[in-house]
Amino acid sequence: MTRLWRRFKRRPMPMAGLVLVAAFLLLALAGPLVTGDPTAQDYLATLAPPSAAHPMGTDDLGRDAFARIAHGAQVSLQAGVLSTLLAMAVGIPIGLVAGFYRRWLDPVVMRLVDVTLAFPFLVFAVGLAAIIGPSLKGVVLALGFAQLPAVIRITRGEVLAIREMDYVAAAVADGAGDGHIIFRYVLPNCASPLIVQATVAIPAAIIGESTLSFLGLGVQPPTPSWGVMLTTAQQYLSDAPWLAVWPGLMIALATLGFNLLGDGLRDVLDPRSAR
Amino acid sequence: MLWFILRRCGSAVIVLFLGSVLIFLGIRALPGDPATVMAGEEASPAVVAAIRHEFGLDKPLPAQYVDYVAQTLTGNLGRSTQDQLPVIDIIAERLPVTLELSALAMLIAIVIGVGAGIVAAVRRGRLADYVATGFGLAGLSVPHFWLGLLGILLFAVTWRVLPASGYVPFTQDPAQNLQRMILPALVLGTGFAAILMRQTRAAMLGALSADYVRTARSKGLSEVKVVGAHALRNSLTTVVTVLGLQLGALISGAVVTEQIFVIPGFGKLTVDAVLTRNYPVIQAVVLITVIGYVLVNLLVDIAYAFLNPRIRLSGGAHD
Repeated sequence: MTRLWRRFKRRPMPMAGLVLVAAFLLLALAGPLVTGDPTAQDYLATLAPPSAAHPMGTDDLGRDAFARIAHGAQVSLQAGVLSTLLAMAVGIPIGLVAGFYRRWLDPVVMRLVDVTLAFPFLVFAVGLAAIIGPSLKGVVLALGFAQLPAVIRITRGEVLAIREMDYVAAAVADGAGDGHIIFRYVLPNCASPLIVQATVAIPAAIIGESTLSFLGLGVQPPTPSWGVMLTTAQQYLSDAPWLAVWPGLMIALATLGFNLLGDGLRDVLDPRSAR
Repeated sequence: MLWFILRRCGSAVIVLFLGSVLIFLGIRALPGDPATVMAGEEASPAVVAAIRHEFGLDKPLPAQYVDYVAQTLTGNLGRSTQDQLPVIDIIAERLPVTLELSALAMLIAIVIGVGAGIVAAVRRGRLADYVATGFGLAGLSVPHFWLGLLGILLFAVTWRVLPASGYVPFTQDPAQNLQRMILPALVLGTGFAAILMRQTRAAMLGALSADYVRTARSKGLSEVKVVGAHALRNSLTTVVTVLGLQLGALISGAVVTEQIFVIPGFGKLTVDAVLTRNYPVIQAVVLITVIGYVLVNLLVDIAYAFLNPRIRLSGGAHD
């Protein structure tokens, strides 16, 4: 672990990613405590440009944009992390079982995965959001399900490779049961590709949440979400351009942070791609 | 080769069948009873029952599915609950708009992405490489809709050189049409340019260090020929695969881009249909998206096999 960390911290880009992700987490977890109520209205300052009282300006209802950004970060974090956890919690067992019992279950599961992959990510998420209804819960479920095929594929692929390993054959010869082999040998070895997948899935889900909310299919106003904020911003583009700048910049920085972190983790965790 | 194509077609048909079942069931899982929605809030139970019977909603599910497939195959996708127009006519009107937008975006993405990827690989470690790589990372992280808003802010609000939104059919006025499509296409194409750039750069770097490139150089071929005829050609398989893989993202991007620029295309139709619970339209747009997606992926697989003899001869690109 310390050896990995030493290899990781030598690289500037992944470290920059780590800093961005840490800043995002800080904003999401501590920001709302500092900024106060994101729905409090200041009628004397509607569509006000950035100032000392409102560092990011205010929106059409006189609400502080910084407070809404901080609360929006919380919504983004929830959507990103919860949907990824959901996909992992459902996908890993399916992938493990499909890969381990190749003969019977695998063809069925993989055809179903192919079918879900035939739906473009956003179309799938839009469809699910339509079924579940527009809310944060709907977004998390929709994005979680949309990520499921990738998690199943990765887990299954790893299982197929790992079960051919000599140490698995040795365990079988030793009389180990299926459950023991899966939990003792297969699952731990799936960890690194799945960690890397999480760093891809979380930013995709953050963009997914803001996109669905922007389209009116996700988080509903007055709950602050970066996507919802951009919907408002579009209506006041010429009067209050700053409203369009902050939420998008936040989405871009958070996504960039996870992408850089993921690139770095991939290099460190996967010896095959290391130069 | 023929065996490979047949096998790929077979699995595409299976995916389409299961996909249509999923859409069929998904639509029925939507909250709200379509018959009640069509009849209106105040309708009596008798009217609702009549509508349910008229649309076959009172039959068992498997029978409804068979009806649905038979109707779909004859081009009858039902009528929009908003304006009672046949869904097939609405789609015939909206789809070309999105195809134009996507084609322009793809063109921009290929020119910028592949071009920048080649330059970055050839000038590895120099300024041009850092600029291109930085652009690639930024392009991956910026959501389409924000890029669209920034584009409107710069080009339409601040500089006033392009219209902010709206659509003019190409057949009506080509110049006006392109003037209104260029910004959306640029916004939609940027993300793909970034992905293509990263993949082209990686593939070109691999190709440029391969033995056949060293051989070509030692034969005394000009650098342009080495890069163009040898390295680039062998990197094209990557580009084709990425284009296929990104099709889903292109469709998703078009949905958002059309919403921002108020372009009456397929994507806007999708969002409007979901927001107004227009079930026949939702069902049709999702089905057509899936059909298009499966078909293009099939073509990409086949094109890939043609470009790469190892796959052609071993019989499959996947396990």
